[in-house]
Amino acid sequence: MTRHLRVDGPNHDDRLDHMAQGVIGQPLNRLEGPLKVTGRATYAAEARPEGMIYGVLVQAAIPAGKVLEIGDAPGALAVIQDKRMIRYGAQGMDEKGPTSGPNQVEYMGQAIALVVAETFEAARHAAQNLAIRYKAKTVPVNPEAVTPELPPKKQSAVGNVDKAMRKAAFCVDQVWHTPAQVAAAMEPHAAIAEWDGNSVTIRAGLQMLSSNRKQMADALGIRESRVRLLAPYVGGGFGSKLGINAEAVAAAIAARELGRPVMVAMTRQQVFDLAHRRSETRQRIRLACDADGHLSGIGHEALVSSLPGSEFSEPVTQATPFTYQAAHRQIVHAVARIHRSPAGSVRAPGEAVGVTVFECAMDELAEAAGIDPVDLRLKNIPDVEPTTERPFSSHKLAEALREGARRFGWADRRPTGQRVEGEWLIGMGMAAAVRVNMLVESRARVTLVQDGHAIVETDMTDIGTGTYTILGQLAAEMLGLPADRVEVRLGDTDFPPAAGSGGSFGAASSGNSVYLACEEIRSRIAKAMGCNEADLTLQDGMARAGNVVRSLAELVDGTITAEGHLEPGKTEKSHRQATWGSHWAEVAVNRWTGEVRVRRMMGVFACGRVLNEKTARSQCLGGMTFGIGIALTEAMEHDPRDGHAVSHDLAEYHIPTHADVPALEVHFLPERDAYVGPLQAKGLGELGICGAGAAVLNAIHNACGVRVRELPATPDRIIAGLDP
Amino acid sequence: MREFAFHRAASVADLPAGATIIAGGTNLLDLMKLEVMVPEALVDITRLPLDRAEPEGEDLRIGALVRNSDLAAHPTVRRDYPVLSRALLAGASGQLRNMATTGGNLMQRTRCPYFYDRRMACNKRDPGAGCSAIGGVTRNHAILGASDHCIATYPGDMAVALRALDAVVEIDGPRPRRVPLADFHLLPGDTPHVETVLQPGEIITAVILPAPVGGQQRYRKVRDRASYAFALVSVAAIIGMEGGRIAHAALAFGGVAHKPWRDPEAEALLMGREPSDALFHEAAEILLRPAQAQGENRFKIPLLRRTLLATLRDATGMETQA
Ligand SMILES: Cc1cc2nc3c(=O)[nH]c(=O)nc-3n(C[C@H](O)[C@H](O)[C@H](O)COP(=O)(O)OP(=O)(O)OC[C@H]3O[C@@H](n4cnc5c(N)ncnc54)[C@H](O)[C@@H]3O)c2cc1C
Ligand code: SF4
Repeated sequence: MTRHLRVDGPNHDDRLDHMAQGVIGQPLNRLEGPLKVTGRATYAAEARPEGMIYGVLVQAAIPAGKVLEIGDAPGALAVIQDKRMIRYGAQGMDEKGPTSGPNQVEYMGQAIALVVAETFEAARHAAQNLAIRYKAKTVPVNPEAVTPELPPKKQSAVGNVDKAMRKAAFCVDQVWHTPAQVAAAMEPHAAIAEWDGNSVTIRAGLQMLSSNRKQMADALGIRESRVRLLAPYVGGGFGSKLGINAEAVAAAIAARELGRPVMVAMTRQQVFDLAHRRSETRQRIRLACDADGHLSGIGHEALVSSLPGSEFSEPVTQATPFTYQAAHRQIVHAVARIHRSPAGSVRAPGEAVGVTVFECAMDELAEAAGIDPVDLRLKNIPDVEPTTERPFSSHKLAEALREGARRFGWADRRPTGQRVEGEWLIGMGMAAAVRVNMLVESRARVTLVQDGHAIVETDMTDIGTGTYTILGQLAAEMLGLPADRVEVRLGDTDFPPAAGSGGSFGAASSGNSVYLACEEIRSRIAKAMGCNEADLTLQDGMARAGNVVRSLAELVDGTITAEGHLEPGKTEKSHRQATWGSHWAEVAVNRWTGEVRVRRMMGVFACGRVLNEKTARSQCLGGMTFGIGIALTEAMEHDPRDGHAVSHDLAEYHIPTHADVPALEVHFLPERDAYVGPLQAKGLGELGICGAGAAVLNAIHNACGVRVRELPATPDRIIAGLDP
Repeated sequence: MREFAFHRAASVADLPAGATIIAGGTNLLDLMKLEVMVPEALVDITRLPLDRAEPEGEDLRIGALVRNSDLAAHPTVRRDYPVLSRALLAGASGQLRNMATTGGNLMQRTRCPYFYDRRMACNKRDPGAGCSAIGGVTRNHAILGASDHCIATYPGDMAVALRALDAVVEIDGPRPRRVPLADFHLLPGDTPHVETVLQPGEIITAVILPAPVGGQQRYRKVRDRASYAFALVSVAAIIGMEGGRIAHAALAFGGVAHKPWRDPEAEALLMGREPSDALFHEAAEILLRPAQAQGENRFKIPLLRRTLLATLRDATGMETQA
């Protein structure tokens, strides 16, 4: 039996608040935590099927052109150059495999072949020493050096921003640059492929199995039913595993050709070349306001880059149309077609850099207008989505701003450059947080067993986010079981297809499907009890309705199995759905060296229902840490001559270390969003990133008066603005 | 990684000809995996009795195998040579310092990204091939003492403190000798692949620190994140004050050249003078007179000046740290 729901209208009945078990929302530890910290959770590259051999990807040493010939590989079993091998990874939710034909090189470092050997070391050695002949082509590698495309659908204008700027009492017109960034997940991309007749099983680090399966079948030219993907544990994805990547396709092709299981794991260096990057951006922001700080004009012009023909382009301006009110508005989205590593989704595509820069511009406007930055934002919150006039599904920005200001002690903020402690200049900054919310079709199967335990099965993934735990909590709550009586099985395409982990939609989408399956089981129990489902109370393995109390053992004959199927519906269009919050930072800037230390940082977030206070908090801690990275440390540099990614390891690509991150404070605002399904929960994974860096950058300005508009704010960029 | 022979040395005399020494392996193994270094044979020296730091008369003799963590925590080092402790602790990460040895640290190779990337021409890796860093991404490259053949830096921290301390390197082999650290690392010139005076078949057995000089000792490292990053620039300073005047000054600089840098003229300027910003600026002027930017790394010139100023203000008591 399947219970299906399309989210066409509101859901106000707060059912999860009225369940008896009381586990939903609780800060439970991760179910799989002990497995992970004892090394028993097997990641993609950790299986050892009998007879397994090793493949290492061969990479192009030219930025573009054609591979003419690849020499022999002494000591290797094979050099594979199959035309089905892909040139770059798929984007999230693609239904088809990416462009194949590795002989055509589109960027330096592209996978062009696979060397297979009995050991990883032998394969790597051979791959590193092949004689390769190319016919190289000269191609553009710098975004500023080409005439960008202006995709018509991505431009918009209401009124006349130029005019608003001319008439404004105060305005800002500045250009920012953010560098390319990479996901830098802890687990490098890896896959093990094994054929059984015409069917292939692939263990891989992947975020969205049901679409990955379609991509893989298309890439291999076989039916979807012949592909089984396994990804029970994924060591972080951050967008880079949304689609299938070169290693998984190559592993499957090699395993078919050689008749043995093949593992292909990218080396750390290869991940920097092959996993897609977040595009660098150039953003011009124009803001115009009247004497009271009411915005009259908002212009956001973005230049991003990607490979020729790529449909993905960093959606920098995604939140700009609905965050603040203004009569005159313009969005420009320009795409430079250049030959650097492929661009794709990386942690909070769009808002991570778009909101961050926009919120810096708001700080500059507040300064220009002599208005407190919090007040400026409060004055400009729209009642309905500007231009479309759709209502918001819920809107907590104002509350997040007020609550944050109170908790952080914003009133103690001093004018720019006035707080000095020895060599250090101290400042405070803030920013709004906003991220679009999405639901994605998702299915799950739940089985309740007579002895009082339950099994949840879905091809949903847990990429380190806590999916195992929250889905277990949901089923426990709905079925009245202690949380440790629910077993959650994920990451296997033999299970019902789920939304996958991406775009912050995973928890709410897959959670709703589990909820629906449990609702169906509850109906069946109610029937056995002879009552309405609504009157049924399930708790600790007992069912209660009025005066009747019976154990599940009496009510369940063997097992009850049901599927839940959630689909987004009309509320997707009828309401603007978003999550909201506010970021706060206190930083110290060294007046001599320009080093920045974040001393305090706080986030206040509203994401609908919080499913697990602890895993939710962890998501926000990670997001805020990425915000520090965006503001202060992270940059992928590309060589100006051939476009190759220059940083190749985590010593050179600077994600924040512990020493860069102070104790972070996270607060959630209680919220139930009625338009996002019965869970009333929204996405949270990425909200913590969106705008966090702006709070840091604005604090830098408050500390020392320097506006860094080319990120990250490394010491060189700070001292450029400090007194000699 | 290429296949290699492996030998474990039983004594300093027992080093097979042509074998490359492996100590902590924290640098060598990475380079071998990338085949930037392709030794045919390795000799593991970690069983040799070179793992103690002991007094030798007034000096301190630090065995080549003393781990960076142990050396940083050594009571004598902390008391008499605090600049060394601080420099060590500013390097790498706790895990790496637990493995890294004194000898290996001195011998660590540059972090020039083009050196690490075999697709790129590099004179250090492949003499005569050209230098692809010039005209490329040069954030971590040299501003002092570079050549047209190589603009890489020596990336380490420990050696910068050792340079300020006038340390001496003890070398064993066919021609045992002691070489002042000042002469141990070489500028790139037209042979950037020759980085030190160490000859094939030789081994560093110890580093000797001369009798303690006291004074205020500082190691100041500016980097792109708070920990676990190589220096953009660093300053090791030993400053002795007498009657409000600078009586002793030893300054060494990291992240700016192919070797830990020192400028006797800048130090001489400070001697006998009262500390002041003007004086420090003058010293920085002397230090940076020969400086040459390589594009992107232009910022290192003002950054080094500012870091020197801050270090001297601090070490001379002009500024109390918060
Ligand atoms: C991620 C990362 C970050 C780092 N960050 C820093 C940093 O911030 N600051 C810093 O200073 N360093 C840093 N390092 C470098 C680190 O300090 C060196 O890798 C380490 O000191 C090398 O010591 P080892 O014993 O492991 O040397 P090995 O890797 O064993 O050897 C390195 C070289 O020294 C030679 N060698 C070793 N011992 C001897 C000897 N006794 N005689 C002659 N030759 C010898 C070897 O043949 C080899 O060529 C970092 C390293 C890594 C991997
Ligand atoms: S700077 Fe030196 S190490 Fe770097 S590429 Fe040039 S020659 Fe090689």
